[in-house]
Amino acid sequence: MAETGILSALGAVIRRDLLLAMRRKSDVLTTLFFFVIVVSLFPLGIGPEMGMLRQIAPGVLWVAALLASMLSLPRLFAADHADGTLEQMALSAVPLGVLVTGKIVAHWLVSGLPLALLAPVLGLQFDLPADALGVMVLALLIGTPVLSLIGAVGAGLTLGVRGGGVLVSLLVLPLYVPALIFGAGAVESHISGLGATAHLSLLAAFLALAAFFGPWATTVALRIALE
Amino acid sequence: MSNGIINWFKFSSPQTFYPLAGKMIPWFWALTAIFGVAGLTIGFFVAPTDAQQGEGYRIIFVHVPASWMSMFIYLVMAFWAALGLGFNTRLSGMMASALAPTGALMAFLSLWTGALWGKPMWGTWWVWDARLTSELILFFLYLGFIALQSAIDDARRADKAGAVLALVGVINIPIIYFSVKWWNTLHQGASVSLTKSPSMAQTMLWGMLLMALAFWMYSIAVSLTRVRAIILERERHAGWVEELPELKS
Repeated sequence: MAETGILSALGAVIRRDLLLAMRRKSDVLTTLFFFVIVVSLFPLGIGPEMGMLRQIAPGVLWVAALLASMLSLPRLFAADHADGTLEQMALSAVPLGVLVTGKIVAHWLVSGLPLALLAPVLGLQFDLPADALGVMVLALLIGTPVLSLIGAVGAGLTLGVRGGGVLVSLLVLPLYVPALIFGAGAVESHISGLGATAHLSLLAAFLALAAFFGPWATTVALRIALE
Repeated sequence: MSNGIINWFKFSSPQTFYPLAGKMIPWFWALTAIFGVAGLTIGFFVAPTDAQQGEGYRIIFVHVPASWMSMFIYLVMAFWAALGLGFNTRLSGMMASALAPTGALMAFLSLWTGALWGKPMWGTWWVWDARLTSELILFFLYLGFIALQSAIDDARRADKAGAVLALVGVINIPIIYFSVKWWNTLHQGASVSLTKSPSMAQTMLWGMLLMALAFWMYSIAVSLTRVRAIILERERHAGWVEELPELKS
């Protein structure tokens, strides 16, 4: 298989998944509104004091982003598994890992990227300064692909399993911890004047590791599920 | 046995491993008892009272071995998981699922005894220290492994899916540990440092090592017992199970 064939297959999978997502907009929007609502609930529960809100903002936004991206995980492979597309993908001449990577990229474009773009608006509710909002967007841009990559492993493992939706949260959330710490830490250390570079670099390193192992582990998990 | 080389694969089949495990279990129980009695004797009667912590420090004779075992068992579990995925051996998956409950128990014991120790020493049940937090996350990883395996009805698929999860977890554990550690130093939440422990009296160290051995032997004995139950459950349709003398009576 020529390299162009692999790349075109990757592009085709991404285009297909994006098209499918656009045809069913409510699925995508539900996740986004979940993110908005969860973040907006925190001030109601904690109180409107701005100093406190400014302090908890990075953590709240990140935890909400984890939950929102986890919410959309069961959909990642379920539909393709149900109608047999996934089996065709596993049988095709293109390596399954490439197709899985395409699906993960599409999942991020649909569920991670909008979160990162929406975060500044929500950050304003918490009175974050403008430069901190910039760091927040940058951290989310680096961190949300990690969530999609790790989440895909969990989604592959729980494919077609009883109570898969709840189970995936149990599997995936502990593994999200480093992304949460470095992501929220970047914004916090920027606010406190320490600079966000260290946290962002570590987050990017974690992304590199997840990008290397994630699709591979997901492929193994999917092959187990398809047996 | 062929050409004088030990055939390591002889006991990789459940049929040959089942009687071997049955023969080993009493020995490991005996070792557990010997090490346990020796360790507890040293821990309770020989080791001197700590100058700063009084009698309360004696909980480390349970706490430290439990923490060690909780981490070690996860590594062993991941090792069996990797073998099972690589060589497609049935017994490896059974070993991994037999180890998980014991590992979870050790992680829980470690957290529980840690809290009991923390209350009189630090005045609080829980601090967000790096070790405590990563032990808690390790406990969650065990729970996830057990939950995943019990949610899948097909035993072979459960083994393989669990193996992938255990391996992903084992790559993640060091990352989680260091991330929690750096997070902790940024926040400077816990003023107590666990790493700067005062130099330990020789007898205390001996007591702790003996207790660690006792916990180790206990884990092996219990896991072997559990793996025998798993073998019987999964191989119940096999001919050799029906031939077993203990089942014939």
